[in-house]
Amino acid sequence: MQTKNMQAGDIQAGETGRAASAAPAGRPIIAIRDLRKMYGSFCALSGINLDVAEGEVVVLLGPSGSGKSTLIRCINLLETYDSGTVTVDDVAVRPGPNLAAVRSEVGMVFQSFNLFPHMTVLRNVALAPIRVRKLAPKAAEERAMELLTRVGIAEQAGKFPGQLSGGQQQRVAIARALAMEPKILLFDEPTSALDPEMVGEVLDVMQSLARTGVTMVVVTHEMGFARRVADRVIFMERGQIVEEAKPDAFFSAPREERARAFLQAVLNH
Amino acid sequence: MDLIDTFFNGRVLWDALPLLLMGLGTTLSLGILSIVLGLIGGLALALLRLYGPPALSGLWVLYIDLFRAIPILVLLVIVYYALPFVGIRLSPFASATTALSLVSAAYSAEILRAGIQAIPRGQFEASQALGLSYWSMMGDIVLPQAVRIVIPPMTSNCINVMKDTALASVVAMPDLLKQATQAQALAANPTPLIGAAALYVLLLLPMVRAVGTLERHFAKERR
Repeated sequence: MQTKNMQAGDIQAGETGRAASAAPAGRPIIAIRDLRKMYGSFCALSGINLDVAEGEVVVLLGPSGSGKSTLIRCINLLETYDSGTVTVDDVAVRPGPNLAAVRSEVGMVFQSFNLFPHMTVLRNVALAPIRVRKLAPKAAEERAMELLTRVGIAEQAGKFPGQLSGGQQQRVAIARALAMEPKILLFDEPTSALDPEMVGEVLDVMQSLARTGVTMVVVTHEMGFARRVADRVIFMERGQIVEEAKPDAFFSAPREERARAFLQAVLNH
Repeated sequence: MDLIDTFFNGRVLWDALPLLLMGLGTTLSLGILSIVLGLIGGLALALLRLYGPPALSGLWVLYIDLFRAIPILVLLVIVYYALPFVGIRLSPFASATTALSLVSAAYSAEILRAGIQAIPRGQFEASQALGLSYWSMMGDIVLPQAVRIVIPPMTSNCINVMKDTALASVVAMPDLLKQATQAQALAANPTPLIGAAALYVLLLLPMVRAVGTLERHFAKERR
């Protein structure tokens, strides 16, 4: 764990001080203030406050229905909320003409991949840079090939998503998000829909991404990944942040009883 | 022998052929124009109903329901015989185009709405998360997928519009059926009517067959 933090510090000079405490220092790239959301009478988020520093890798843990996915989806406003604010890179995320521009800075990887089934893998990755960044198609496709190489599936570029395995599809989805060169990457249970033997290949790509210094917010049930890669672990339950800590502290000695019970349940099965 | 002379009289058919072909041309241009206008109107209605201002959505639903409920022949008669009383005087061709497009737009809108709603939510979310504009999301992602779903029912709708062009003979438009009845009167022989029927079938049979083929094709593709 210590080595990991030093690597992150090497890439981003001046970020090493932050590694000492669980809460980030310096300017947050994501700032969430008093976020509240109800589904009817069910309270999905009850007053969430969260700062994420630039280059930080935050993993959200918690039982299903605890609000992790809802929270991450509020960051790029795929989910609306009742009150509170979300700020990304000092720009408020709210409905209006600026929303698409803010979203283009925030990449998202979904549980169900959500690749575009009627386009080739290459086109999936190149489309948004062409449409949003106004890149020339040729340049966008070259860049897409580089990214596909990086996630290890360059040879599948001409295929359609339906011809790929789940793990390959999710790696394409990661390449598609990276193509926009986002400042932030959101992962919403990226391995939950995968067959067990394909989880590793996706987590490997995510781990190598974390080392590049991109800001990542990850909802996952992969405790090993959280322990190895996270700078900070946030444990949620019933729409609240119950505990946040450095991963080694959280996994060896969680402070809260509810976090302890959760870890018991997921680690000893 | 009498039967063949009455219904399948070669000479009568040959004499009537120029008239029938002229009628076929009118039928085709009326049908194609109405189909195209109906598609454009239907797409606009479907998008307005799904994504337009919620306050107005009742209006689009009302339009869609109304024009699917009214018999086309009644609508056509109203457009041609009633509108002149308020100063709107349309030619037979314009009346028929108006009536057919108004109804076709209502059916197309329902078909397209169902197609768009069949696209998984995740496709919209992925488009939005990438920062695609609304028009790019619809044009690049949603509609190309929806089109595959709606091609079979949309083809059925086109067949119906093509068939309903025959109603235009009621407002004295020289379409295929009208020309055939004229030729029949002229020759005092029903052969031209049989000829017209044959032309309708020749025109529409391939489209009818295509619906089945397309349905099988897309069902296979989705598997």
